[in-house]
Amino acid sequence: MSRKEGGPVISAMDRRCFLRLSALFGGGLLASGGMISCLGEKESKSLPVTMEDDGTVIVRAGCPSHNCGGRCVLKLHIREGEITRIETDDRPNDDITDPQLRACIRGRSYRRRQYHPDRLKYPMKRIGERGEGKFERITWDEALDILASQLNRVKEQYGNSAILVPYGTGSYNQTNGRQTAARLMNLFGGSLGFYNSYSWACISRATPYVYGTGVTGNQRQDWVNSKYIIMWGWNPAEMRDGTNSEYFVKKARENGAKVICIDPRMTMSAVSLADEWVPIRPGTDTALMSAMAYVIISEELHDKDFIQRCCTGFDSSQMPEGLENEESYRDYIFGTVDGTPKTPGWAEKITGIPARTIARIAREYGSIKPAMLYQGYGMQRRAYGEQPVLGGCVLAAITGNVGIPGGWASGIALQADDGGPFWNVFPTGRNPVSERIPVFLWTEAVLRGREMGPEDGVVGAERLENNIRLIWCVASNILINQHADVNRSAKILKDESLVEFIAFQDQFMTPSGRFADLVLPVCTQFEVWGLQDGWKYGDEVIINPKIYDPPYETKSDYQICAEISERLGIAEEYTQGRDEKEWIEWAINRYRNTRFPEIPSLDELQKENTGVYSVPIRNPKVAFADFRRDPENNPLNTPSGRIEIFSRQLYDMGKPDEIPPVPKYIQEWESPFGEESRRYPLQALGHHYMPRVHSTHDQIDWLEEAFPQRVFMNPIDAQERGIKSGDEVRVFNDRGEMVIPCRVTKKIMPGVINIPQGAWWEPDENGVDRRGCVNVLTSHKWTPLAFGNAQHTIMCQVGKA
Amino acid sequence: MGKKQLAFYFDSTSCSGCKTCQVACKDKYDNGSGILWRRVYEVTGGDWIRDGHAWIPNVFSYHISMACNHCMEPLCLESCPNRAIEKKENGIVLIDTDRCMGCRYCEWACPYGALQFDRNTGRMTKCTFCDDYLEGGKKPACVTACPMRVLDFGEMEELEKLHGKGNEIFPLPPSHHTEPAVVIKPHRNARMANNRDIKIDNLEEVKHEQ
Repeated sequence: MSRKEGGPVISAMDRRCFLRLSALFGGGLLASGGMISCLGEKESKSLPVTMEDDGTVIVRAGCPSHNCGGRCVLKLHIREGEITRIETDDRPNDDITDPQLRACIRGRSYRRRQYHPDRLKYPMKRIGERGEGKFERITWDEALDILASQLNRVKEQYGNSAILVPYGTGSYNQTNGRQTAARLMNLFGGSLGFYNSYSWACISRATPYVYGTGVTGNQRQDWVNSKYIIMWGWNPAEMRDGTNSEYFVKKARENGAKVICIDPRMTMSAVSLADEWVPIRPGTDTALMSAMAYVIISEELHDKDFIQRCCTGFDSSQMPEGLENEESYRDYIFGTVDGTPKTPGWAEKITGIPARTIARIAREYGSIKPAMLYQGYGMQRRAYGEQPVLGGCVLAAITGNVGIPGGWASGIALQADDGGPFWNVFPTGRNPVSERIPVFLWTEAVLRGREMGPEDGVVGAERLENNIRLIWCVASNILINQHADVNRSAKILKDESLVEFIAFQDQFMTPSGRFADLVLPVCTQFEVWGLQDGWKYGDEVIINPKIYDPPYETKSDYQICAEISERLGIAEEYTQGRDEKEWIEWAINRYRNTRFPEIPSLDELQKENTGVYSVPIRNPKVAFADFRRDPENNPLNTPSGRIEIFSRQLYDMGKPDEIPPVPKYIQEWESPFGEESRRYPLQALGHHYMPRVHSTHDQIDWLEEAFPQRVFMNPIDAQERGIKSGDEVRVFNDRGEMVIPCRVTKKIMPGVINIPQGAWWEPDENGVDRRGCVNVLTSHKWTPLAFGNAQHTIMCQVGKA
Repeated sequence: MGKKQLAFYFDSTSCSGCKTCQVACKDKYDNGSGILWRRVYEVTGGDWIRDGHAWIPNVFSYHISMACNHCMEPLCLESCPNRAIEKKENGIVLIDTDRCMGCRYCEWACPYGALQFDRNTGRMTKCTFCDDYLEGGKKPACVTACPMRVLDFGEMEELEKLHGKGNEIFPLPPSHHTEPAVVIKPHRNARMANNRDIKIDNLEEVKHEQ
């Protein structure tokens, strides 16, 4: 067999190291493969590899990578093969050029996940009805044979495009999780492709219409140059958005920046980073942006020179050829065509923000230079979520905050100038199936794939060849918990005539796992080699050494895929003879040839034992600096080469009511201003909660103690309903119902409730969720341009249970 | 004074309430659910004012991360019938677990909820200031955990010289009871102790097991 086992690390150790460790730990532990690789000698730049009196070894490693916005370093204390304590990055010189990557409460609680009794331990197959959650233990051979034969069957019967390896970010370092299966499927002939994410559909799709790129962000060390920062629906202290983003904002503030936070909730970031909190009615961000533009333009605070040199479509003098009589941005703002000037008074009625506050913020943003308008992602996971993305970009452009230190172009803001971290270093290869769907429409592709075409966002084919017949769900809770409208998804998945086979591969039995026909238990990221680069930002590579062998009968994702690849007859192509550690060395080489020419070898990194290779940033790069200096010779990748305030491409789509060529406020399809509010008067949010990464960590006691799952409600709404803090309440709409305790708090706007997303769906016998999974309330309706999820657009009602 | 007295410093202005300090402490000492040697209070007050179509948020909030304050006049020590609590030379207040009978008088005496009963051992427990780390030249676990870098420690006199006095902040009781060895830089929203329109919003999260 040419493929190497990804198994016992002991075989990979050199003899000298083995002997040294043997002396330290005794043979028994090593015989069980219990310790990581060689401990190197201390070097001048490295942190000490300490050996405590009790035999504790310190290993610095990446925090297991899920899909939080952080990529952090843990300092593991290991004794007798067990992690006994978890600290964090302790590299000296914690300054902003290269700050410590301090883990948050989730990483620091990791022992409670690692040693959780509910970890999946054995392969299992379903014995009850699908979705019932009844399984029996089987052998790995049987399990892998089942999956391989089902893959072959579906491929033969329908073709590769009937296979879906769904979106999933539950295990997110380089030789882990979904991408290991994606590589296998690509070698197997492909599987149904998809684009977009559940995080960033609208912001990644819309930003390039303005800027021709998603690389619109300055490196974060530049933030300290800003004098005015708007955290618009942005909550870095809780979701992190790059380890240390909250810390960089703190530093900017210490350096004199005024910070305001626009958000329906008084978030952790609003409390700790902002000088002012401006609560806004959810889904009305573009109304506020438009009114700010009204004040900025009326009071001549816009940057006329920059607009003249670098933008197009601002006013009638700048319209694309042949569209001179169409509505420009200025026309929209002043109501030239629709008769409605977008004044602060107009926006007050929509946003709930006093007109005088709107005018003041506009003046501040228009006159304090340089200024950052940082867009969070929650507001784009909404109906017409493209509009606030475009609107924020346009505000940045008309105030001339693009291409300057301390400024911010808005939009998705990937890091200048190379786009930042790669994320997917592991080579998944090319998918031979050319058809791709917007990721959020996978249930549609189950129900009516063969009818789906461009009108449903399908690319690569006029119509899909197949409905989805086989789902291999790896490190994903998207089947049930994280997709919109849980009750609908459950009904679809229960029907075995639709999806004929579901395999589930994960570390815990999540709500998605309960709908599987086959369950494959995966080890944690402490039990397999791994590597991470930053999340959205960062100039570092973090290594995840294998601490010990997978326990019980768990295997790594890569190992499982490698064993399936043998059964599919493509083992050599799949593994290329590499085990996981060798793939990490391969990945480090790739970094050496691209972003990080100076990166040491894996051996050297291990000897240094810092857990991380990082490049200090002393001269942060500024996006669009060249363009701003000389737009003629550095044109953007837009049709005009300029910043497109008016987009001809959007105009040409011919759907001005839903996809206007300039950013507009559009009332959402579920809205407090709509008829639906008579029955369901409350807007519900499902924010990213500190104790979880999406649905990961929901079962961890230390995290639940710190941040219990609650529905948060303003005292005014609570009083109307006779609700007190601690009461069990019903939250419901036409799509579903939950009963959970309520926390009454002034830190949320009246008319708005919050059910932090990611709690695991726990339906009782009546189908009422008892844990608080917000997706029992959400809608699977998608946004018009990006075909993105609008899971935060929810109307509902609350009553005492 | 003149006596050595270690103290925690906490910058409330930039505390996000993420509770990484709380869990870093639990992890180091293997404290199960219900024991919170360090805990984070979410303080909220004010009201909402309707103004036409608009809402004016006359609302404020801040966080207080607090462990044992290793008081200069520790009531816990005085309350212990078996002299199981001692104040070390560096000012740290520690429980001698061998002497502790688990009578819980100290729990009632402490106005900060710092002394907590461990059901498994039948003994009282509390923050040790990570004295083992201090001996080894390291900082306390909570201090090095903070993603916002708002926790620190040092000699009380030095901290007060740097930051001024700072221990009259809700929800701390008036400092004269115990002379807590803590210096808190107040959040802009911090009101003085005993302000009536103010409350702990997350009471269920900070109440350790009774």
